[in-house]
Amino acid sequence: MGGTRVLVGTRKGAFVLTSDGGRSDWTVDGPHFPGWEVYHLKGSPVNPDRIYASQTSGWFGQVIQRSDDGGASWETVGNDFTYDGVPGEHQWYDGSLRPWAFTRVWHLEPSLHDAETVYAGVEDAALFKSTDGGAQWAELSGLRQHDTGPQWQPGAGGMCLHTIVQHPTDPDRLYVAISAAGAFRTTDGGRTWEPINKGLRSGEIPDEDSEVGHCVHRIDMHPANPDVLYMQKHWDVMRSKDGGDTWHEVSGNLPSDFGFPITVHAHEPETVYVVPILSDSHHFPPDGRLRVYRSRTGGDEWEALTDGLPQENCYVNVLRDAMAVDQHESCGVYFGTSGGQVYASRDSGDSWSPIVRDLPAVLSVEVQTLP
Amino acid sequence: MNDIGGDSVRVVLPAHLRAIARIQGEVRVDVSGAVTQRTVLDALETEFPMLRGTIRDRATARRRAFVRFFACGEDLSHEEPDAPLPERVVQAEEPFRIIGAMAGG
Repeated sequence: MGGTRVLVGTRKGAFVLTSDGGRSDWTVDGPHFPGWEVYHLKGSPVNPDRIYASQTSGWFGQVIQRSDDGGASWETVGNDFTYDGVPGEHQWYDGSLRPWAFTRVWHLEPSLHDAETVYAGVEDAALFKSTDGGAQWAELSGLRQHDTGPQWQPGAGGMCLHTIVQHPTDPDRLYVAISAAGAFRTTDGGRTWEPINKGLRSGEIPDEDSEVGHCVHRIDMHPANPDVLYMQKHWDVMRSKDGGDTWHEVSGNLPSDFGFPITVHAHEPETVYVVPILSDSHHFPPDGRLRVYRSRTGGDEWEALTDGLPQENCYVNVLRDAMAVDQHESCGVYFGTSGGQVYASRDSGDSWSPIVRDLPAVLSVEVQTLP
Repeated sequence: MNDIGGDSVRVVLPAHLRAIARIQGEVRVDVSGAVTQRTVLDALETEFPMLRGTIRDRATARRRAFVRFFACGEDLSHEEPDAPLPERVVQAEEPFRIIGAMAGG
């Protein structure tokens, strides 16, 4: 029974929570990079001691940190995210055109195949890749230069590329999601991209069947069934069974189909988790009850998971990167809240308990299952 | 970072950037030629490459919006990057101060 390491990014630093496979007793280490926003940190599946972190600040910009000892110590690596060529323009909120400008790294996705290779999703939306452990970054500019690029528009949180999903066996096949442009797929390692938004039917935009313009919040996949993708959209929980060619809604009996994270169980490809939020203007759970919803049928039929979660007077939010699962035999599920709690379940969501209660607002949660 | 040769300029960094650069207290950087915001920051970033992009925007090389420059009790933030810095900075009698602007409510 190996160990468990939970990597938590918050508004004011990063925290590393560790336990054994029993996941009862936790050690909290941090804050790392105190005072800085840590949008995301994630470990390499190839070398779990290698962790990448995005440290950002409205004052001092973007810093990328790298650890080679499981988060005990860190070193700064490259932070030059210069767009390839002339950046061009995208739409601003009012429909006017505005030049692409780098703001921050939202998401770091270490390669499934090589510890030195890592992808970065940034605001304004673009995808970067490093093959030298984060020292140098090169834009995979075919995405930003897609014909639809000038039509892309920011969501409320900015025009960010926040989701990067790798195919488990084909390193040339990637999925990304951009708020509020939608989902895109490459099958040639990032050279060319196509929008994959058929069926999203976003009622809040002028043409609900538009090729782009959809506010996708997150996508997840189970490696045993990589043609099936799950999506939490601004409104609506969606499923694709053909690698993103088409989508259909699986919101079913959820109390609200607005939310941010969506996560697939480690061992059950049809078991998926969401956290319903009342609405885009409320950003807290319906009825003041914090409920994770689980479907064991790939969507449509959902059950509320409440044991150990506050069921009154709870008005926190759970952001898109703030939920993850471990790989232990009894799958652990973890999520962090805007109130600074990190909740963990050792039994696939049947029961929950907090690991910590009083961190800064949680931006991201990732889990490493250690040998 | 030494005080031998050229003009050695004292620079005070805000705490968050001292943490990034792993330094304590003020630093000295050697500037060859005219001592200006640009040459001081160029020398600082050469000595501490991890500070690139944290004081000046990577793409535009302009001062980041919430970073300010002070010296000799004056706000030099809106001076031209190539304007000479005060003689007391050049003579290392006063430091060039880089400050995170007070912001918020």
